[in-house]
This record gives sequence, C-alpha cells and structure tokens, in this order.
Amino acid sequence: MEFPEDVRYTREHEWARLENGVVTVGITSYATDQLGDVVFVELPQSGRQLEASKPFGVVEAVKTVSDLYAPVSGEVVEVNRALADNPALVNQSPFGEGWMIRIRPGRVEEVQQLLTHAEYARLVEEQHS
Amino acid sequence: MQPTTTLKRTPFYPFHKALGAKLVDFAGFEMPVRYTGDVREHQAVRTGVGLFDVSHMGEFRVEGGGAEAFLDRMVTNDVTALAEGQALYTPVCRPSGGIVDDILVYRCAGHFMLVVNASNVAKDLAWLMEHRGGDVRISDVSDDTALLALQGPRAAAVLAGHVPEAALELEYYRFQVGSLFGIEAIISRTGYTGEDGFELYFHPQHAERVWQGLEAAGRSAHLAPVGLGARDTLRLEMGYMLYGNDIDDSTSPLEAGLGWTVKMAKPDFLGKHALVEEKERGPTRTLVGLEAEGRRVPRHDGAVEHQGTVVGRVTSGTFAPSLERAIAMAYVSRAASALGTSLEVVSGTTRIPVRVVRRPFYTQGSHR
Repeated sequence: MEFPEDVRYTREHEWARLENGVVTVGITSYATDQLGDVVFVELPQSGRQLEASKPFGVVEAVKTVSDLYAPVSGEVVEVNRALADNPALVNQSPFGEGWMIRIRPGRVEEVQQLLTHAEYARLVEEQHS
Repeated sequence: MQPTTTLKRTPFYPFHKALGAKLVDFAGFEMPVRYTGDVREHQAVRTGVGLFDVSHMGEFRVEGGGAEAFLDRMVTNDVTALAEGQALYTPVCRPSGGIVDDILVYRCAGHFMLVVNASNVAKDLAWLMEHRGGDVRISDVSDDTALLALQGPRAAAVLAGHVPEAALELEYYRFQVGSLFGIEAIISRTGYTGEDGFELYFHPQHAERVWQGLEAAGRSAHLAPVGLGARDTLRLEMGYMLYGNDIDDSTSPLEAGLGWTVKMAKPDFLGKHALVEEKERGPTRTLVGLEAEGRRVPRHDGAVEHQGTVVGRVTSGTFAPSLERAIAMAYVSRAASALGTSLEVVSGTTRIPVRVVRRPFYTQGSHR
C-alpha cells in the first residue's frame, strides 16, 4: 500500500497536512479499507479546542465504528460540511475531498513529530501481516 | 503478535483471493468479508444478483429407519409434515428451552440433510450423538459439501439453461437434486437475504466449474460476489436470526419471535416442557426491532434504556443500506417492547434515540 509523502500520520490512521499554518486532518486509505463503507462522520464544531491524541469525533461504517484522534493540539477552524450529505467521500477520496477538519495548531512542531509516510507504511505492513 | 492458528479454507478460496477480497476469520474459516464495498454488494443482491460462498456452513446426513422420529424429537418444528423435496427452518432446543442452534432440515430421498451454523458444527454433532437412539446414523459431511448462495431478483435468470427447467419453478423452501452445469447438485430455493434465490450444494471437487459457470452466466446480469458484511446487512434488514448474536443457549425461541417454529401440538420434543410453561407464563423479554433516528448505529451489546432505566441489550445492529438508516435488534423487557416505544441505546459516551418497530425492517424483498 502506498501513502502520500506530503502528509504526516498517526498510529491510529489519521493523516495531517500542514499548509499555511493550518493542519488538515483525515483518515488514511488503509483506515477506510479496514472500516468499509463510511455512512456517518461525527465531527466537532469550529472553535473547539482539541488535545493531541484525544478523540475528536467518530466515524461510523456499515459494519464498524471507530473514534477519530487529533494528530495535534489546537483549535478547530473548519469542518468538512460535505461529509454530512456524502460520507462516502471518505472512502472515495480519503486524502482529498474526504478530509474531516482543519486545526490551527498551538505548536506547529507537533506536526513534525508525527509519523512520516515511510514510517506509516511500515506500521501498516506490520499490522497487516 | 497473535498466536498462529490454521484457518480452514473453502474450495472457493482462490477465487476470493484473485478478486482481492478482504478476508477475515469467521468460525475458524478464512472468509471474504467484502470484495468491493458492503453497500454496493448489498444493493447488487436487492436489485440484481449476488453470489455468496457459504461453504463454511456445516452439513450432516441423518439416515436410518428411526431418523424421522429422532429428528422430530430433536427440533421444535414439525419434521413429520415435511415432504420429500422440502426444507424446514427450525431451532434445536435444550430441555431448558435454550437454543442449541437454528438449522435447516432437508428431506431427501431416503435420508435427511441438516444444515447447521459453522460455529456450531462440533456442538451440534455431539448434541445429536448424545440423544441418538434406535436405527439412526449421523455423519458430518461438511468437508464433502460446497455451498454457494445465489441471491437476488435475477438469480433464476442466471441459472436458466444451467439447471433443469423444473428447478426454476421451485417454490420457496423446496429443492431438487439435479444437474448444475452438468454436475450433480442440490438446488434449493432458500436463502438468508429476503430476495428470491437459490442455495446450491455440491461436491467440492466441482467448485471451480460451478463458480466459473455462475460468473459467466451472471455476466450480463452484473452478478456480484458478496461477502459476509453484506450478508449480515441483508439478513438483518429481514430480521433474520444470527446464532451467537440474536439467539444462543440462553435465549428461547419464544422470546426471539420464533414461536411459529415451535409446534406445541407435537407429542414430544426437547424443550417442550419448558417452552409450554414459558408460553403460559408469557416470556419476560422479547426480541424487538429498533430503528434509529439518525445514522449512529446501535451495536452488539449496547445497553437499551427506557426513561433512564436499562431494559435490555442490543444483539445485532447495522447501518441498513436499503433503508438508509441504522437498525438493530434487542431483547427488551415486555413493558418496553410495544411498537412505537421510544428507547435509547448507550454507545460509549453517546446515546442513540431509537424506536421499537415491526420486523422485518425491509418489506420490498423479492422472495415468495
């Protein structure tokens, strides 16, 4: 399985992309593959403060449910409203249109502490075998 | 690391692998949970036709002069009323009324075939052996039996030309032994989806021929291979039981809403005494259908509350693709079981509002 190089990853299968001081967050293609069809995503409201590694939402698939974990601490500045009507975007485009929230991080360095794509690929390899 | 255990494989394993299915351990078998996506596979069965490998199910052959009387005593439904070429759905009960398994009984020419849940093969065999008496021989023929389910409104069209014409005219829960792509098979008009369809039993040596034959015959109907994920959403929309979730040794067929399979007029059967008493008393809890207001899904084992008090527990829950909302089944106390009752299912830190609704949840199925 291949993963984009321009994002960082958590061990819980979220990705984080830092652009202009804002971190976009979603779940990886490996996560969607494990979950199956996503039917509902519960996300926080803009303005909420998140703490790194703590749950910030829930992704509900047909057969299973999973918590979403914040990759970094910070304030939610945007939520992907398109997912309310079309949660399947998470499956169709996990690294693109299926993004979930944008966070203004308290400390941008936290992003650099997340897994690189190579480290994440290795983690998936280990979990998969 | 998990300790390595050897999973069994069905004769169709190479096809699942080649199709890129996600495989999981199910009752000791490496089974496909999905090929393309749960929702797409589900819709294929509701609107077209789907192909399921269910070879993990167990099959027993029961024969001998005492077979009919023996089986009639072992199950709650009426085996004596079963004609040759007919199948019967029935619980097998303990003397307590608890359910050992829910099975199909086929009356073949000169013997019976029982189809049992994969997880219960050893338990059922031991249970039958323990109660066997008289001229009855029981053999586990699971390893000699491949089983495919072809389900959906276009199932009969796919089989046309590849089975005897009479097989296409079979009524629901009837079967015949006949040619399937030139090999001998039991062609049974049964299923677990609520759609028209067939279950096909044959020797595993013909697995490749039948699978490839069905793929080719089904091409123009867009036949889709379907995994256990969609099998579960399809059966749950119909309110069908999944052993180990909705029913088990501690639940009775009466509380599960399977009273129609319990023939109290039979002279005797295992569990009769307890079930007669339960019926007179009225079951203390009952399996109800729950419909959620939104898309949060009540999951297995979630506590069900009525006005702040726990009144039951969820046995199965899923997002229902045909209804586009979450549904579940739960045992709840009788006081909370009336249609329309508003309840809540506790799931972690959230509370999911639900309403008691009639089963089946889905009523547009094509089965007759």
